[in-house]
Amino acid sequence: MINFEYLRVSTPKAAIEALSRDNTSQWIAGGTNLIDLMKKGVMAPQKLIDISNLPLKEIKKEGNKVHIGAMALNSDVAENELIQREQPLLSLALAAGASQQLRNMATVGGNMMQRTRCPYFYNTDLPCNKRQPGSGCGALKGFNRMHAIFGASDKCIAVHPSDMCIALAALDAMVLVNGPKGDRRIPFTDFHRLPGDTPQKDNTLERGELIIGIEIPDNPYRKNVHYLKVRDRSSYAFALVSVAAAMDLEGGTIKDARLAMGGVAHKPWRLSEVETWLKGKSVSDAVFREAAQLAMRGAKAYGQNNFKLKLAPNAIVEALKAATQKT
Amino acid sequence: MATKGPHNEDPNDKALNKGRREFLKHSSLLTALAVAPPHLVKAAESALDEKAAVYFEQVPLSLEVNGVHHKLSVEPRVTLLDLLREQLALPGTKKGCDHGQCGACTVHVNGRRVLSCMSLAVMQEGKKVTTIEGLANGDQLHPMQEAFIKHDGFQCGYCTPGQIMSGIACIREGHANSDEEVREYMSGNICRCGAYPNIVKAIADVKKGGHKL
Repeated sequence: MINFEYLRVSTPKAAIEALSRDNTSQWIAGGTNLIDLMKKGVMAPQKLIDISNLPLKEIKKEGNKVHIGAMALNSDVAENELIQREQPLLSLALAAGASQQLRNMATVGGNMMQRTRCPYFYNTDLPCNKRQPGSGCGALKGFNRMHAIFGASDKCIAVHPSDMCIALAALDAMVLVNGPKGDRRIPFTDFHRLPGDTPQKDNTLERGELIIGIEIPDNPYRKNVHYLKVRDRSSYAFALVSVAAAMDLEGGTIKDARLAMGGVAHKPWRLSEVETWLKGKSVSDAVFREAAQLAMRGAKAYGQNNFKLKLAPNAIVEALKAATQKT
Repeated sequence: MATKGPHNEDPNDKALNKGRREFLKHSSLLTALAVAPPHLVKAAESALDEKAAVYFEQVPLSLEVNGVHHKLSVEPRVTLLDLLREQLALPGTKKGCDHGQCGACTVHVNGRRVLSCMSLAVMQEGKKVTTIEGLANGDQLHPMQEAFIKHDGFQCGYCTPGQIMSGIACIREGHANSDEEVREYMSGNICRCGAYPNIVKAIADVKKGGHKL
């Protein structure tokens, strides 16, 4: 790892000012992704601005929302009583990600900012439009077993790696941002972006914009929720496909549902159309299978990840079934 | 991770160092001073030459390791793992993958298990670190160390310090209520020899013993 300057800040304002002063600097919070990328030479900031001490760790109820500070640790959120009671889907998704050691380090804001685990992005000897725009996408005709089946482009077929973000996308979360030009709120599903012609941009943040926290509006999804993560080993691996499912049931009828997938796209893949279709339907395997087929419209695989075309709909059915069966 | 030295200096590193020094001289004096000790601030105010810039590469750090206070000076790029092993002569914490994938480097920071290979030493200012060397009380082994011996929870032993640190935390966190839960919450510690069944037994035994950990 090349050496760098180190600066510690204690307020969001100072963090934003310090970053704005020079474009070779970068924020660091938990560091669980950035340090890895720096060791590999994928990223080489000349200055790290340590924001891990910012007073943004609170997890609290605010009116009809839950507010989670950007610096709250993944393990603290997963095991928080308020989150487990009111937003259990988020707790399940967080617990499915990484290991407890990493969850003790990683922050909510950092989790959102993590880069793809595409092996071409990680290897500086190989082409990658995300790492080096214009160098090509090695995965397109290469090792693409982990890669996208939705929303990809011929410039990039990488997937977003987070579990937490899949639940937040499903739960209509809002991202709170401070920046040099003021504050703004970004709907979670608009935070991450599809690769298009500029896969180097993972999200819609402008340089100098700092995630302050997220808000999740109250919802009825306190019981019938499930996060299904299919991976190469039963724990501590990135998702091949994951499904966040939440249902509001009345008797055998689906009053409303929330559904999002991970491991299939460059951003958390929210299935709004399927949610609308499920509304008012009766709970049954046949309905879930039809919903899963609907979800797969427009899917496209790239060779080694052809199996995801079968795995993804099966995972949706299983997640919906499991959510229904929660008591 | 490469440390700086004549044998492994990367030419890119040199170019970047030069760029950084230029940048330091011209643009970010004040921000860099925020973490610099007073004598360096003074030196820098009078004349920020190449020599002073080199000093800035060392950041003062005070932390507690296994109950001992240390006042150190470290390069920002030094990980907590390298600090422990190479500067504090505590090689019990192991470097496995050095990329946050194996758990061999697990230590406790302020009582919680973290990966020391993915932690920058400078970010541990004022914190309390416990390593495998800090568990035993003189000749008296920690209950988890005893249990690993009793249940044969290792073969080659390389992952063991990380497994033990993680196992203690697993119980403290309240994640050792069943074998299944132990396996899930120990999944960040990889054992190449496959001693998993005995590791689970050791942790379950300590949990059952009701020791204060």
